[in-house]
Amino acid sequence: MTQSPTLSRRSASPSAPAPRKSKRSGADARAGYTFLLPWLLGFIALTVGPMVSSLYLSFTNYNLFEPPKWIGLDNYTTLFQDERFLQSVGVTTSYVVFGTPLKLAAALAIAMLLNSARKGQGFYRSAFYAPSLIGASVSIAIVWKAMFGDSGPVDQGLSFFGINLGGWVGNPDMTIPMMILLTVWQFGAPMVIFLAGLKQIPADLYEAASMDGAGPIRKFLNITWPMLSPVVFFNLLMETIHAFQIFNSAYIISNGEGGPAGSTLFYTLYLYLRGFSDFRMGYASAMAWLLLIVVGIITLVIFKTSKSWVHYSGDAK
Amino acid sequence: MTTMATPTKPVPDIEQAQYNPKSESVTAKRVKSGIFHAVALALTAVVLYPALWMIASSFKPNAEIGGANTSLWSENFSMDNFVTAMDGIGGVSTLTFFTNSLILAIGSVVGTILSASVSAYAFARIKFPGRSIFFGMMIATLLLPFHVVIIPQYIIFNQLGLVDTYVPLLIGKFLAGDAFFVFLMVQFMRNLPAELDEAARIDGAGHVRIFTAIMLPLMKPALISTSIFSFIWSWNDFLGPLLYLNTPDKYPLPLALRLFVDQTQSSDYGAMIAMSVLALLPVLVFFLVFQRYIVEGVSTQGLKG
Repeated sequence: MTQSPTLSRRSASPSAPAPRKSKRSGADARAGYTFLLPWLLGFIALTVGPMVSSLYLSFTNYNLFEPPKWIGLDNYTTLFQDERFLQSVGVTTSYVVFGTPLKLAAALAIAMLLNSARKGQGFYRSAFYAPSLIGASVSIAIVWKAMFGDSGPVDQGLSFFGINLGGWVGNPDMTIPMMILLTVWQFGAPMVIFLAGLKQIPADLYEAASMDGAGPIRKFLNITWPMLSPVVFFNLLMETIHAFQIFNSAYIISNGEGGPAGSTLFYTLYLYLRGFSDFRMGYASAMAWLLLIVVGIITLVIFKTSKSWVHYSGDAK
Repeated sequence: MTTMATPTKPVPDIEQAQYNPKSESVTAKRVKSGIFHAVALALTAVVLYPALWMIASSFKPNAEIGGANTSLWSENFSMDNFVTAMDGIGGVSTLTFFTNSLILAIGSVVGTILSASVSAYAFARIKFPGRSIFFGMMIATLLLPFHVVIIPQYIIFNQLGLVDTYVPLLIGKFLAGDAFFVFLMVQFMRNLPAELDEAARIDGAGHVRIFTAIMLPLMKPALISTSIFSFIWSWNDFLGPLLYLNTPDKYPLPLALRLFVDQTQSSDYGAMIAMSVLALLPVLVFFLVFQRYIVEGVSTQGLKG
């Protein structure tokens, strides 16, 4: 299933001797489920149960006050005629498609830059990581809105170079770039992970390549990229899934409306508005399940294609 | 170390066949290090600018925040914005919002530590039927968009009369709801030597004793990073409180901040930004104090995903 490289390592650990296993295994089974109880309860009551009921609700009309009314696939067919829904798909897609690769490229480039340093690496690493910790907060959304507003510092700075865009916040063409910049600004978290991956690459590989006369580009393509590919895979998967779920900053920057002209109507924001403003909870559930299916398919595609480009080195330790 | 550096720097001549880093002169190294620091410092300035702008603006009078004023410095720095911000909003003082945030964050940390460590022990150290299936499901929840559960969860808590209480925001933490932390602890425990348990078992210790007397003390680093991250995530959480809390005197800071924005509608920019700074203050302090832990945590545990 969703096996990550480290999971398989478990089987390699020295297991207990085979005799008197049966006696112990009964006690172990009881202990296992007892210890697992908190997670198991939460998993059933807060994840599986709600997932099943939201699937059911997605085939109904439900407004929280009257009992749900079965309407079959109506919610799903209505979705594809709902212009605001289609707009939210477009907004989210362009955000994910442009934002995630840009963020990862920045993270990788800067990780490689830092990896070349002897001194000060720790300082820069911390400084670059800081935005990842605060980037999704309401505070930063407010600051972003102020910075990209009319005659805010960004507008002022660009005008200095003769670029007069005005405020980005009020311009439907510029809100997505603004949101993308907000996510790229948080490149620190994947960068830290890239950096840890870069440090794992044995230096003698590069030394050997240098002996053979390989230049930096060939070294990157033949050593860095393949050796780093499991980390690229992890970051790509996590960042893509997260990008689909952006909510806080979009909500704050657009006052919870998704404006101007629906340009920040992200998928989750529209889902929230449908479910918790209009109380069309069946409709919102259909949106949630569609998101689940799409994210599931993308995860699957990333996993499947990873076989061709993710390289796991043979030695486990 | 020096050879690691070569592929990343903008080395001018790719075709240089006899490239040998060991032959670099001392001056060449100094120049390279100088270039590195110039680039890295410039990047630092860009990356930190929004945070610095926020902090500088919080001390500036309203007239200087917008308009033709990009500089971070001002002659008229004052605490006025903070005084306004501390007054709070809707008759509730900012101190109350602060306390609410703190209650939620501490509750999250306690709940997560208790439930995630116990569950992780089951996954990492006990052999029982169904373990790998459940483990796979736990990993799958890491990738699950949580929007697929929020509507039914809301309906349930609404029926139980728990809307506008902290129960919906905290119960998940006490049931190991953040799978990420369970996973982190499982990975950590698996790297502890198995001989520890074996020896304890021979001495007749049961799982409860192995867990409390052996595992927990050894897990300190994982427990610390879990505490830090669950605190910060709870502190910054917005959607949860937005869904479940209705009365302002129960609001945590992010929700109060939104209320503040709604009501003042950017008429008092300075106070708004001052309140934003106040809302981030604990996170920033946490970061400054624990930055080693935080960054190391991301680099080692993130990698193990």
